[in-house]
Amino acid sequence: MNPKLGDLQANLALYEAKIRQGIENRAELLLFPELSLTGYFLRDTVPSVALTLNSAEMTTLKKLSRDLPFVAGLVEESADHRFFNAAVYFEAGEIRHVHRKVYLPTYGMFDEQRYFARGDRVRAFDSKFGRMMLLICEDLWHPSTIYLAALDGALAVICPSASPLRGVVDGQVQDDNARYWEMINRAYAETYSLFMLYANRSGFEDGVGFWGGSEIIDPFGQRVAKAKYYDEDFIIAEVALEAVRRKRTMAPLLRDEDMDMTINELMRIRERPAATKLVQKLKSSRVQSLRKPKRK
Amino acid sequence: MSPIPTNTTLLREILTAFIRNEVHKTGLTRAVIGLSGGVDSALSAMLAAEALGQKNVLGILMPYKSSNPDSQAHAELVAQKCGIETRLVEITPQIDAYFAKFADADARRRGNKMARERMTVLYDHSARWNALVLGTSNKTELLLGYGTIYGDMASAINPLGDLYKTQVWALAAAIGVPPAVVQKEPSADLWTGQTDEGEMGFSYREVDPLLYRMVDQRYTRPELIAAGFSERFVDDVALRIMNSQFKRRLPVIAKVSQRTIDRDFRYSRDWGK
Repeated sequence: MNPKLGDLQANLALYEAKIRQGIENRAELLLFPELSLTGYFLRDTVPSVALTLNSAEMTTLKKLSRDLPFVAGLVEESADHRFFNAAVYFEAGEIRHVHRKVYLPTYGMFDEQRYFARGDRVRAFDSKFGRMMLLICEDLWHPSTIYLAALDGALAVICPSASPLRGVVDGQVQDDNARYWEMINRAYAETYSLFMLYANRSGFEDGVGFWGGSEIIDPFGQRVAKAKYYDEDFIIAEVALEAVRRKRTMAPLLRDEDMDMTINELMRIRERPAATKLVQKLKSSRVQSLRKPKRK
Repeated sequence: MSPIPTNTTLLREILTAFIRNEVHKTGLTRAVIGLSGGVDSALSAMLAAEALGQKNVLGILMPYKSSNPDSQAHAELVAQKCGIETRLVEITPQIDAYFAKFADADARRRGNKMARERMTVLYDHSARWNALVLGTSNKTELLLGYGTIYGDMASAINPLGDLYKTQVWALAAAIGVPPAVVQKEPSADLWTGQTDEGEMGFSYREVDPLLYRMVDQRYTRPELIAAGFSERFVDDVALRIMNSQFKRRLPVIAKVSQRTIDRDFRYSRDWGK
């Protein structure tokens, strides 16, 4: 999918067309990429394309989900006027879950934290298909999010993405960023015995291309479906969630997961005495030097 | 040292998709390109013909009376190879008319004027033919500032700006730019006997590995020297990059308001597209 940058109405029409296409192809769930209702490099247009949960556009989207549940990528505006890079799960005419992107890349070519507020929770939710987790693009580059997804009972992780192609290296059919994504999608699916549903966009914005290549990976690490690289595509595949049960029966790693140990160790690390003391020392020395300027 | 990666199959796929996407989203279907007879414009033209279709690309040859006759022959060879139409617009009359009034102008001023004259011809044809001007500046010359600001550096979209010269050569060879064009010595051909490497004082094969490590891989100065580049070379290139930064940016605007263009009025160029 290749949305128009900052043109909400044009992209709503695209959404409607894709939903119709999904219905015609007897899809039961449709995934749109990150910020695909708005475009990605929005910069100062963020406030102009932001939608509150009770906006007219949201009502349109809700209605569209009566026949086909879907995940949308859009800018959500909170009641106190913060703007979030959000993924919203619509089902049966209702909003069932909103995920606000937690990890907003602000380095290199990215500037998300300049324009967006940061989400503060990562939670699985129940859908008509079973328990799922929504994570947006960079969220998945922080392994704590996928760990939480697994422990929160997700059978499938849905990741809308706007991942730019970069790093053309030798001996690969895809760029190096695409290679990295494919590696973690597969590793996460296999490690946590769940489905990875990864929806990435295509097209170019100001010369930056998005590599497409959406994919579905099953709990055994096998690729169920793959979209074209560097071009628009529409892929449909059977996601047989019972594969999660088979995989978890064979390799009950999640059963054996010691969550308490992890929590205890995390708390220890957070309260690490040495680090705490060092920070306090630095703070007090700064205060002192401000209070008592040295005189010559 | 590992060579600069040059996956020509992937580059070709990405760069043709780039041209197609960026041209079509403006509502246009065509591109104009100044064909100099050199490898950069040859590669740009080949990629554009592949991306947009031969009929949608126009090559413009703009020789000056002192231009090397080989340049025109090579430009025609390229046009033939990629199957695009060409137009000949000689720039001698207007250049000579101008410098008749400034006879003392040196080669650099004359060369820059020619580059800017060619730019105005390209932009006029872009309006005449509803086409975008396709750029031909590669990453090496953009970083070193080896180009004329608002001259050959001007374009609407540039497929080559992130490719080093040695990558341009490799990709040009792979997609079938005539060998005579790929293999000849690079020259801006602004005066007789001018060559890029003669003027810069080092070769592309020497400077590209340095730029790649310095810019793409973020090697520090000590790391570059440890990797075998001489201190003088490293410092010379670093200084060229710094001193030519102005060529890679829009003009500096004096900020007086709350919202100044490009500083706190920030929109992508493809806004609404």
